[in-house]
Amino acid sequence: MRRIVSTAVLFATTFGVGFAGMFAGAGNLPAAAQQKADATEVKIDNFSFGPAELKVPVGTTVTWTNRDDIPHTAVSNDKIFKSKVLDTDEKFSFTFSKPGTYEYFCSIHPKMTGKIVVQ
Amino acid sequence: MTEKSKDELLHDHNHDGVDRRGFLKCMAWAGTGAFCVMQGGVLKSYSMSNMSQAASKITAGQLSFVQISDSHMGFNKAANPDVVGTLKTAVDKVNALSTPAEFMLHTGDISHLSKPEEFDTVDQILKGATPKDIFYVPGEHDMLNDDGKQYMERYGKNTKGSGWYSFDKKGVHFIGLVNVLNLKAGGLGTLGHDQLEWMEDDVKHLKSSTPIVVFAHIPLWSVYPEWGWGTEDSAQALAYLKKFGSVTVLNGHIHQTMQKVEGSVTFHTAASTAFPQPEPGKAPSPGPMKVPAEQLKSVLGITDVNYVHGQHALAVVDSSLA
Repeated sequence: MRRIVSTAVLFATTFGVGFAGMFAGAGNLPAAAQQKADATEVKIDNFSFGPAELKVPVGTTVTWTNRDDIPHTAVSNDKIFKSKVLDTDEKFSFTFSKPGTYEYFCSIHPKMTGKIVVQ
Repeated sequence: MTEKSKDELLHDHNHDGVDRRGFLKCMAWAGTGAFCVMQGGVLKSYSMSNMSQAASKITAGQLSFVQISDSHMGFNKAANPDVVGTLKTAVDKVNALSTPAEFMLHTGDISHLSKPEEFDTVDQILKGATPKDIFYVPGEHDMLNDDGKQYMERYGKNTKGSGWYSFDKKGVHFIGLVNVLNLKAGGLGTLGHDQLEWMEDDVKHLKSSTPIVVFAHIPLWSVYPEWGWGTEDSAQALAYLKKFGSVTVLNGHIHQTMQKVEGSVTFHTAASTAFPQPEPGKAPSPGPMKVPAEQLKSVLGITDVNYVHGQHALAVVDSSLA
């Protein structure tokens, strides 16, 4: 499972770089690519998603990492994405190919909620 | 449950005694231990040092059972690297009770990650317990990834729906509920429409003098909703039990003992056999609490419950593993 996730991340990264390169002259893309490089991670600490709200450009792969001693999940309210149960230090990645607001929560501890805004 | 009673619990849970509105709550870290007897809706509590005095008030041999909870088999972090050892100690405690338990309830989180080998290990250890009958309800950790399919195969043979059921022992009616499935974003534990409907029907024909014991993983009272320690639709379930003179609700999930009496209902949460969690709001999150190794067994424990015919009294005793 981890190998599949890693491959997916690698693919998305390669694709993203190629995509940015192809349209480098388009004006707003370098800024978008910059943001993507900085903030595509959601860390799970102390039963909360950080950042709770993350804004990313279309095509970004977001990776969740569970840093708690207790397992968590990241499941979209609309069932668009659903991680396996993440034990300590396990990761889950999802690539957002369409703009929109994606609200999600931990299906084990539903008080834990977060939001990915894809622009 | 009123907002006010919630507030009282939140802000008063770690104090002793009776509050102005007549509720008596006793919360005890398993390390200090508490022995509680409910008679006519009044809960009397004794410290562990007065155990012999309290024990003499119970007539042995009517109905005695044990609740264990939150074994979290597979957990191996700093808060307790040896959950096998502490579960074995819990079994030793059960086997050493002066009034032998007739059966056990396990109020969920048998496993930590729903792995088959975790369930196997718990089953193997619990085979060493004197009481041979064990009644389970699932915790959220037992139904990860497969919506409870494996749990149902292992423990759900004689149950309804996603694992709920009832049974009778010596005139006491036991109801096992499932409130860990289909949890909604931002929400608490959930029983759901089908289960509530079944429960209404299950108790409809019982005499109001029948003592009722309800057991479920997540508390059926609002212990601390901010941490998800409560059940969305528990008020509906409790409404079906209003006519009964003696209702005891046993839960796990919060890894600490806590009690509260509201009308004819006594709520009780059991300690974990694996690791302690912080008191409500006393830490940034409800994650496992690391205590010095020599203190660990004092914050883990089992719950021994005695019922005496004719008195409508259930005596709930928490014992630490120390």
